[in-house]
Amino acid sequence: MTMDRPDQRGRFGEYGGRFAPETLMPALAELEGAFEEARRDPSFRARLDGLLADYAGRPTPLYETERLSEELGIRVLLKREDLLHTGAHKINNTIGQGLLAQRMGKPRLIAETGAGQHGVATATAAALFGMECAVYMGTVDIERQALNVDRMEMLGATVIPVTSGAGTLKDAVSAAMRDWVATVAGTHYIIGSVVGPHPFPWIVREFQRVIGEETIAQLAGRVPDVVAACVGGGSNAMGMFYPFAGTGPDLVGVEAGGRGIASGEHGASLVAGTPGVLHGAFTYLLQDEEGQIREAHSVSAGLDYPGVGPEHSYFHDAGIARYVSVTDDEALGGLDLLARTEGIIPALEPAHVIAWLARERAELAGKTVVVCLSGRGDKDVEHVARIRGRK
Amino acid sequence: MSFPALFERTRAAGRAAFLPYLMAGLPGPDASVELFGALDEAGADGFEIGLPYADPLMDGPVIQAAGAAAIGAGTTIDVGLRVAGEVVARFGKPCAVMTYANPILRLGIDRFCGRAADAGVSALIVADLPVDEAAPFVAGAARRGIGMVLFAAPTTSDARLQAVVEAGPVFIYGVAEMGVTGERAAASEWAAGMAARVRAVTGLPLAFGVGIATPQAAAEAAAVADGVIVGTALVRRVLEAPNPAAAARSLREAGAAFAASMMRRPGASQPV
Ligand SMILES: Cc1ncc(COP(=O)(O)O)c(C=O)c1O
Repeated sequence: MTMDRPDQRGRFGEYGGRFAPETLMPALAELEGAFEEARRDPSFRARLDGLLADYAGRPTPLYETERLSEELGIRVLLKREDLLHTGAHKINNTIGQGLLAQRMGKPRLIAETGAGQHGVATATAAALFGMECAVYMGTVDIERQALNVDRMEMLGATVIPVTSGAGTLKDAVSAAMRDWVATVAGTHYIIGSVVGPHPFPWIVREFQRVIGEETIAQLAGRVPDVVAACVGGGSNAMGMFYPFAGTGPDLVGVEAGGRGIASGEHGASLVAGTPGVLHGAFTYLLQDEEGQIREAHSVSAGLDYPGVGPEHSYFHDAGIARYVSVTDDEALGGLDLLARTEGIIPALEPAHVIAWLARERAELAGKTVVVCLSGRGDKDVEHVARIRGRK
Repeated sequence: MSFPALFERTRAAGRAAFLPYLMAGLPGPDASVELFGALDEAGADGFEIGLPYADPLMDGPVIQAAGAAAIGAGTTIDVGLRVAGEVVARFGKPCAVMTYANPILRLGIDRFCGRAADAGVSALIVADLPVDEAAPFVAGAARRGIGMVLFAAPTTSDARLQAVVEAGPVFIYGVAEMGVTGERAAASEWAAGMAARVRAVTGLPLAFGVGIATPQAAAEAAAVADGVIVGTALVRRVLEAPNPAAAARSLREAGAAFAASMMRRPGASQPV
């Protein structure tokens, strides 16, 4: 059974909660209150829907592939979040939370970013609403997602490099939270996925569930066998899964297998992790015997995260969805496959899902699979070329 | 000695307790015990002993670096608690260990508290544990005779403060700055107002920490509190020292100046 909203303690089953510094607790309560009010306010909903349609480009198409379906022997439908303004599903959340920040009278937005897509989407919302914006980004990600750094700066945001830890997404989230502890009175932290302390996982899911709801409407009564999405923090997957849960399809989340689960260098928190606390929530994560968070690894910056949203942990334990992993090399193959059969260059994150279809083609033969194509690959073109030694 | 007994004594003496923080295992396990010794000589009343955590959300760059270095030097939870045990045994002053929720949950609250109690630790501070999540920690600690420390921040409402008091902490940690640990040039602009709000609802001891970096700032906090916690300003000295002996010298000097700033000035507001 899915939970319409987390319980009083902000938990999905045993997962979630609010393991946050006391300084932030009143702001989390304020945010929860503002969201409660906003979602019951028809004018808020109308403003959000209007911007999603006219500014972001919703609804996105549900496209039935021909050559890919033929190649794999699977009927593959793509939910084209890659066609949204700024190039990924992240904009669904940043427009929603940007409007919430406006309602709360907070003039400054901060965000963390891995792939840079959430940073770009936050910088975009800040420009749209006339707000100040700072984005925390690990130095490794600044390197491999350089295009998005330039985009954020062009949009008027300040990109703040994070050198601590491995210089990737986990460290960027920590740095953004530290900023927020100091600036909470005038700043809203737009967290980029269904992670963090309550109410963030719930709010982000509510802003992303439009993906699954639209898909169901577009299917017009047809029920797919499988609905699949990549899982970093898990926002595109939860946005897709939540409306589908309990309606029949097998829900499959694809995590970053990195250099292979056995190598220990991956981002597969649900496939290979254990429960603990990261960034304010009790959830599956990668940790050592001592409870120190392990560094994740993925070729894709957006999946290079050692935790996962608490609602996915709940889905995992309750058997509402199942989770698998795909390696870096397989994901690169997935990118090529979609590019060459369909003329669509996916981001490396959803390329993991295409790769999973290719790997499991025997098991999936003849089935109908809906894939959340969470973002487009422009940001990864240089990175992939470099990996392949062409640059 | 326990924290309640300590605060009773310092209140009677008309001063606040000086509670310095250092990271266990920095620069190495045995060397860190000696550094607590330097602060003992300087006049510390009790100690806050950091158990290193790699993703410390409430800490600025200095304590982040200290934690990373301590982990690099092999400071596991067991090693950190061994350091705490030696500090308790050698200096006979109350010790609180400070860490984050995940290392405790990983080991299990009961096992962690059991080991901490065996080491003689009197109190537990968990930086990412608000009162809303504290119940199992308070209960687990109490079973082992350890007191939980809970936070009040400048943003904490009176209703939340009431919940903090009702949860039964051994003392209240007043977060003296809007922000993570570090060194602020000025004295806390929040301490006096927060102290008044805390005193209005409870007689529990109140210690201020976060950002307090100079004897002057410590004196201002001491004027309204039962304890003053100084972390980054001391940890930075350890990180900057060329060797453990130099770190000890530096801590003795700085520690003495902080310890001397704990006397309440006549006319300053007194705790109830
Ligand atoms: C295109 C794309 N897909 C997926 C993700 C992973 O995030 P989530 O799991 O929250 O959808 C990212 C993150 O940056 C992304 O840019």
